[in-house]
Amino acid sequence: MSPNELIAAVTERFPDGVTSSHVYRGDPTVVAEPGSLLETAAFLKDDVNLLMNLLVDLSAVDYSQFAKSANSAFFASSGVTVGPALQIPDKDPWPGPPGSDRFAVVYHFYSMTHKHRLRMTVPVPELNAEVDSVASLWPAANWLEREVWDMFGIGFRGHPDLRRILMYDGFVGHPLRKDYPVKKRQPLIGPQN
Amino acid sequence: MSIETTSTTADERQGLDTRDMMLNIGPAHPAMHGIVRIVAVLEGEMIKETDVEIGYLHRGFEKMSETVDYNGVMPYTDRLNYCSPLINNVGYCMAMEKLLGIEVPERCHYIRVILSEISRIGDHLTCVGAGAMELGAFTVFLYMIKAREFLWELVEQVTGARMTVSYCRVGGVKADLPDDFLEPCRKAFEETRKVIAEAHGLLTRNRIFTDRMSGVGVISAEDAIAYGITGPFLRGSGVEYDVRKDCPYAVYDRIDFDVPVGTTGDNMDRYLVRMEEMEQSMRIVEAALRDIPGGPVMTNPETGRPIPAAEMVDLAKVGNIDAIAGGCAVAGPTLEGSGLARHPLIAADQKQVFLPAKENAYGNIEGLMQQFKLVMLGHGIRAPKGEVYFPVEGANGELGFYVVSDGGGSAYRVRVRPPCFAIMSALSKLLEGDTMADIVPTFGSINMIGGELDR
Amino acid sequence: MANEPSFLTTRLDEALGWARKFSIFQYPFVTACCGMEYMATACSHYDVDRFGAGLPRFSPRQADVLFVVGTISHKMAPVLTRIHDQMADPKWVVAFGVCTCTGGFYDNYATVMGIDTIMPVDVYIPGCPPRPEMVLDGLMKLQDKIQNERSTGVRPVAAERPEILEA
Repeated sequence: MSPNELIAAVTERFPDGVTSSHVYRGDPTVVAEPGSLLETAAFLKDDVNLLMNLLVDLSAVDYSQFAKSANSAFFASSGVTVGPALQIPDKDPWPGPPGSDRFAVVYHFYSMTHKHRLRMTVPVPELNAEVDSVASLWPAANWLEREVWDMFGIGFRGHPDLRRILMYDGFVGHPLRKDYPVKKRQPLIGPQN
Repeated sequence: MSIETTSTTADERQGLDTRDMMLNIGPAHPAMHGIVRIVAVLEGEMIKETDVEIGYLHRGFEKMSETVDYNGVMPYTDRLNYCSPLINNVGYCMAMEKLLGIEVPERCHYIRVILSEISRIGDHLTCVGAGAMELGAFTVFLYMIKAREFLWELVEQVTGARMTVSYCRVGGVKADLPDDFLEPCRKAFEETRKVIAEAHGLLTRNRIFTDRMSGVGVISAEDAIAYGITGPFLRGSGVEYDVRKDCPYAVYDRIDFDVPVGTTGDNMDRYLVRMEEMEQSMRIVEAALRDIPGGPVMTNPETGRPIPAAEMVDLAKVGNIDAIAGGCAVAGPTLEGSGLARHPLIAADQKQVFLPAKENAYGNIEGLMQQFKLVMLGHGIRAPKGEVYFPVEGANGELGFYVVSDGGGSAYRVRVRPPCFAIMSALSKLLEGDTMADIVPTFGSINMIGGELDR
Repeated sequence: MANEPSFLTTRLDEALGWARKFSIFQYPFVTACCGMEYMATACSHYDVDRFGAGLPRFSPRQADVLFVVGTISHKMAPVLTRIHDQMADPKWVVAFGVCTCTGGFYDNYATVMGIDTIMPVDVYIPGCPPRPEMVLDGLMKLQDKIQNERSTGVRPVAAERPEILEA
């Protein structure tokens, strides 16, 4: 299916669940409501016209600093700041982050049968950051969701085993959040048997 | 499973107390080329369940990418899958080019394909060699590393580095192929083919090897897809999915090659798929070297409308900025650099997207200015706001880069879709029901690369 | 004169040093990219065996030299210190690659800024990753060091580690 047909198929099925959609640089994206995430995902996986049997990737983005950075690191020491760059008008502009919530969980799907790709983003609020787990539909989501929990602190309801995966157990905080300083180290913790 | 239950009941009947044994393997273990910890629960020699712990090489790739400019991410991508760094370079560059909406010249595509495939051969050689070594076939390892050395010398001739190459640039590659590349390439492939033939002779019909590989670590096609497995591992299970064929990028759609697939999805199939893929990769390189067109290797910059320098100064003095927008001054020979070609769609002060070749950066003022302005934070490339995902076929499977830009000088978020992460997540399932000794060949067939797994 | 080493002990030291430097049993603690170059060095092309260091022992208790090859993360550091503790004296440590020397360009929350913050290091081999020639050079430097070491000498102990490494 072409990107637009894909979006039409999903939007038709879930007129309330899909809040917005766009095609940017040829990538179709649907923005789904957190409430209807599981339903939408199951539809994507099982519908004969979609058959998104491969969960390519599951990650998250912290949009809290989006377009707020001064980008003036080079001149920061001298007190001179450089304004944000002039934006070149894009021929097909991107509509922006999904919603005003802090986080967004991003799913990339691929269909082995129909050879089409779809991106689904789900906005997640800062307080009570939690969405439904899709690990029951794709076992691949198990570790990927653990990673998102580890890096962003977004919880997944119904996940079989939600614990840290890349960082160690004693680590405090979630390093890929924009408010975690890149150089903030924590004390070494001994090996645990 | 039935044997298991009967033995337990027999033990119980005799009043024997049987217990499961916990076995910890790793994170530093001789038979593991890579740091990962496997805690296995054993019943006799049978593995009941395993807990795989990763993250021992987490070094913050994704966080670091947010702190450097777009071209500065390149060295970090080298160190993701360090067996085949060029494929990572290509993946990231193509994702960025998609975001920026620029096209690279034909020749650049061909060079990327050639070097990706050479890297893929090196990666498979390492994987098969190290896997065989862990099963006792040390000779194969020595032979394969020897072949890899020939390929690395080839890579060194092109890029100047053996493995951490940083050869690609957003918008091109660092430099053209050397003039006499065909001959060393032919020689290296000759050696590699010899080694592959030798390895076939030493392994493929070797009783010890086949006994330990066949029927071990089996995963069905449905399970493999459900776990998100791609690449040679999935093809070993009989699914003909290859990003190079199914979502062709660069010039793969113009090159004829076969995608080998297995039937049973055991370790032996994956070994055979990798061996055949090396042959196919060499075929691709040979075809690409035959078809490669001439021309530039970096994005063609458009030359702005030439305006005589004096006229431009006058226009600027009266504030008529619109009249000089998009133009470039035609200056005398003493003011070199002002006539530099521009790429109007690139939001960088220098209007160019790629870092100049090193000989230009060190050799002339234009190149130096271009380099300097692009590496200064706040002056480099500024991609438009947006998000893209771009997959390439890495040596382990689909390697995807998901880049989000907020219009600033560095990426807002760079996410890598690491192919062996998915395979490692299925490791528990692969090992379940096999014996303890099967951990080594199964783990070897995964080709776990710490840099890409933990990032 | 009492503190001066006698003729006999210096000759003995020399003989011991000579024997030790050509029988290096190394423990390759391979974590990352540098491991690829380590393999290249150890295999036939560069052949580390010529220097008497051809037999890697993957068991810390039987090894003399700890080759720390590749980035050490905070999750891995305690494992590394334990392995170092398990090695019997006399032991030497080689920091292989820039990540183990200084942390390299991974200056972030996850990585240890050089393994000399957690253990004493004898030879640093910088490079990202170092070329095999450089590794061999580092190995020869280590051999010199072993040769000139007094068997009665006291090994330096690791400096106290600060509680928290704040940026």
